[in-house]
Amino acid sequence: MSDRGKQGPCGPQGVSRRGFLTTVSSSAAAAAVVGAVAPTVAEAAPRDASEPTPIVLHVNGRKYRLAVEPRETLISVLRERLGLTGSKPGCERGECGACTVLLDGSTRYSCMTLAVEAQGHIITTIEGLADGEELSELQKAFIHEDAYQCGFCTPGQVMAAEGLLRKNPAPTMDDVRLGMSGNLCRCGAYGHIFKAVQKAASTRRAGGAK
Amino acid sequence: MREPNIYGSDTLEQEGTPEFAPAAADLPPWGKTTVVGAPVPRIDGHDRVGGTAVYTRDIALPGMLHAAIVHCPHAHAMVKRIDVTAAKAMPGVRAIITCDSPEAKIPWILTGQGAFSQLLDPHCRYEGEEVAAVAAETPLQAADAARAIVVEYEVLPMVVDYEAATKPDAPKLHPMGNQPSPTRTSQRGDVQAAFAKADAVVERTFRTPCEPHVPLEVHGSVAQWDSGKLEVWDSTQGVYAVRDSLAIAFKLPLSSVRVVSHYMGGGFGGKLELGKYTVIAAVLARHTGRAVKCATTREDTMRSLGNRPANTITVKAAARKDGSLVALDASLLGASGAYPTGATSGYLFLDLYTCANVRVVETSVLINAGQARAFRAPGYPQAAWALEQVIDELAAKLGMDPIELRLKNIPTVSQLRSGQPYTSTGLSACLKEGAEKFGWDSSRKRPAGKSHLKRGIGVAAGMWGSPGGPNATVILKLYADGSVNVNSGAADIGTGTKTIFAQVAAEELGVPVERVRIEYADTASTQYAPSSGGSQTILVNMPALRTAAAAVKAELLALAAEELKQDISKLSVRDGNIEIAGDTKKVPFSALRSLGQRQQLVGVGRRAPHPAGRVALPFAAHFAEVEVNTRTGAVRVVRYVAAQDSGRVMNALTFENQVLGGVTMGIGFGLTEQRVLDRQTGKLASGSWHDYKIPTAMDFPVDFQCLPIDPQDTECNSTGAKGLGEPATIPAAAAIANAVCHAIGARVYDAPITPASIVNALASKGRK
Repeated sequence: MSDRGKQGPCGPQGVSRRGFLTTVSSSAAAAAVVGAVAPTVAEAAPRDASEPTPIVLHVNGRKYRLAVEPRETLISVLRERLGLTGSKPGCERGECGACTVLLDGSTRYSCMTLAVEAQGHIITTIEGLADGEELSELQKAFIHEDAYQCGFCTPGQVMAAEGLLRKNPAPTMDDVRLGMSGNLCRCGAYGHIFKAVQKAASTRRAGGAK
Repeated sequence: MREPNIYGSDTLEQEGTPEFAPAAADLPPWGKTTVVGAPVPRIDGHDRVGGTAVYTRDIALPGMLHAAIVHCPHAHAMVKRIDVTAAKAMPGVRAIITCDSPEAKIPWILTGQGAFSQLLDPHCRYEGEEVAAVAAETPLQAADAARAIVVEYEVLPMVVDYEAATKPDAPKLHPMGNQPSPTRTSQRGDVQAAFAKADAVVERTFRTPCEPHVPLEVHGSVAQWDSGKLEVWDSTQGVYAVRDSLAIAFKLPLSSVRVVSHYMGGGFGGKLELGKYTVIAAVLARHTGRAVKCATTREDTMRSLGNRPANTITVKAAARKDGSLVALDASLLGASGAYPTGATSGYLFLDLYTCANVRVVETSVLINAGQARAFRAPGYPQAAWALEQVIDELAAKLGMDPIELRLKNIPTVSQLRSGQPYTSTGLSACLKEGAEKFGWDSSRKRPAGKSHLKRGIGVAAGMWGSPGGPNATVILKLYADGSVNVNSGAADIGTGTKTIFAQVAAEELGVPVERVRIEYADTASTQYAPSSGGSQTILVNMPALRTAAAAVKAELLALAAEELKQDISKLSVRDGNIEIAGDTKKVPFSALRSLGQRQQLVGVGRRAPHPAGRVALPFAAHFAEVEVNTRTGAVRVVRYVAAQDSGRVMNALTFENQVLGGVTMGIGFGLTEQRVLDRQTGKLASGSWHDYKIPTAMDFPVDFQCLPIDPQDTECNSTGAKGLGEPATIPAAAAIANAVCHAIGARVYDAPITPASIVNALASKGRK
């Protein structure tokens, strides 16, 4: 970064945000020129990261129209604006998985996803798994196996398990461990989490239940 | 704010039980139970898996502001000037406090030697110390403004190496130097004379890392004022402890401070005390007339909010040919961090094994780093790491089996408590039955293998030395329809306390668990309970609940006897009904007119003192099998048996879960976790979970068995339970270390056992 700053147009302070954006867009333009098509590249004025931007999010089967700051993360918008506090901020930088949600059915750390990026995707949070007060088989399995202690990582664990089982309805123990390894549990309930995921997998296979 | 010395083995008993009138008396012990002990799923499971459980972090009050804290970026510095001009003018900013504000002087770290610091201290003694705070309309606005506050520092010389901090020329953190409390020596017998006569002597030095707690929910609070009264939601293990400290900080009567902690996302000892974030939230709330939420950050939990202190422990141990221990001489050095707190525990050396000659020398030293706090069995896993490895080395020297040597030295009395007998000692049973379940004898004889993957097994024992503070009050209400409300100030920190409350009430009153509601952890509306720490929550609160339930049951039966015109001795309760001996007729509680007229029966229960002249403590023995890759140095725990004498199992599901968790934490302590401070700058180099590695799903052994050893203790208290959270983690890392040594024939003395340390151990073995 600092080497580039010395050689580039930004002086010894390093790459400024504006300078960085300019560099990126001019190299994109160069690539486009090489690629035979030469669209007009408008020099877009860099947006202030705190300037509200209108977006539409599809969350748990509902459509939300919002104005968010481009820098706002999906977890922040889910929790602070939509009141969906089931997704937990454990680290807010992609380390623990407590904020795991599904994006088009695949697990995603919502703290590493900007809300603006989540547009056009189907977002499912922990609040979207139950049918009213009726919990899903997976959630019931977590209760039955005591697959939690303090419960703060639990929504993320449940969503990671949901993502795993949608991709792989009959996971082996190794599949379960690997599938759950992006979600930290400091209380150390992993042994019971494995049992819950396997129990839910067999219940789903047996009954076709959700 | 006041630091209890939770590490001290000199203060064995907590404050005495006050005399209540009428005198609290425990019920006779249970015989066979039906609800207690069963694998009852948690009564709050729906909220936990549904995402509807409201943690402190989730609370949103009307008009609530968000706080952000400005941290000192240097390990040791003096604030010269703070400029808030730019920050003040930023959008959404409502209040700013700095170390120039009057509230900054609220005293902090109160000890017998006075206050060692203040809320916002211009003298910053570690990276991350708080110097200013902002309240703004949104979390992002608060963070923006905090970044815009300009602070000029004079950087001071610092020391983060705790062994170096003891040197006379080391930079000083406080005027009295880096060792505010003198070195403490505990001894009995004559170790020197005993060493001279012993058949085998081993002397080794061990190091254990500093380990932050890193609970999944970061520390944080929401505060608001109402007519001069303070209301606080805090992610804490002890609402009463936080209330007491807040009352001191704001000079308020106890009745003017309400502290609530319902769902809380993990503590492990790191959330036993009042945090600066709580006071900052309260100060900003007073300035703005609004509720203020102050959440810390993940990095804060790794740098500022408590840790298991690093220890250097030298142990010299001696035994006779028959395996009896004759002398233990241990010297412990622990790193307190920037403010005084005990950082070692010599307890295991003094009381785990029978030994006539013991000397323990303990020193705690200050360094420019976040202060240590109680962490799941404070000091014990460090001591077990050293003691249990030395015991194995003695066994090897004597040609004895490690379990045989341990069995040779099992105590039946507490040597530390002037020879008082234990109410029960399950240590032998833990070792014997655990070894059998594990298949110790056959596994121990199995060769490590010719491939580069070597298997080995190891054992370690442990005990937890605190019987808990007995003082607690629980209120139970039986409503007209036969449903029950239990009221206790105890926090459920994830161990299942609420569920066990419901089970105990159900057991005593013959009502279904589903009909019991728990009201808890709110100083304004629930009864006094000590903090949920020290493995005391069950054994302190449940006897009080039993007493409350018994009072209600007695009143209910008396009413029923009169109404049903029956002899009270013929009546009993079951499944929400009054049953009459020799009669098949059952009368539901709700059908009792006299109960309906009263609307509720209320029982108040208190905990009786600990049994006189007896000591009630839990024991454990753990057995681990590891696979060591001698090419890469990677260690995998592949099989595990944890035998726990924690007395009665209150809930089979949560019991096993506690043990799983304790062992997982031990795996982290033994193999992966290590806080790293840069020696040149004193800054945290392990400030993320990518660099500070706690165990993941890939690290936990699927082949895991929890073996409860219940010695049917009828004396410890009226539940027969002795405490579980702490003893479940104490021996784990040491058992793994012993297994690694068995696998590769070389010992690693410093935790964590990293791939590099395995490769080094193999290399130095090759050189021998």
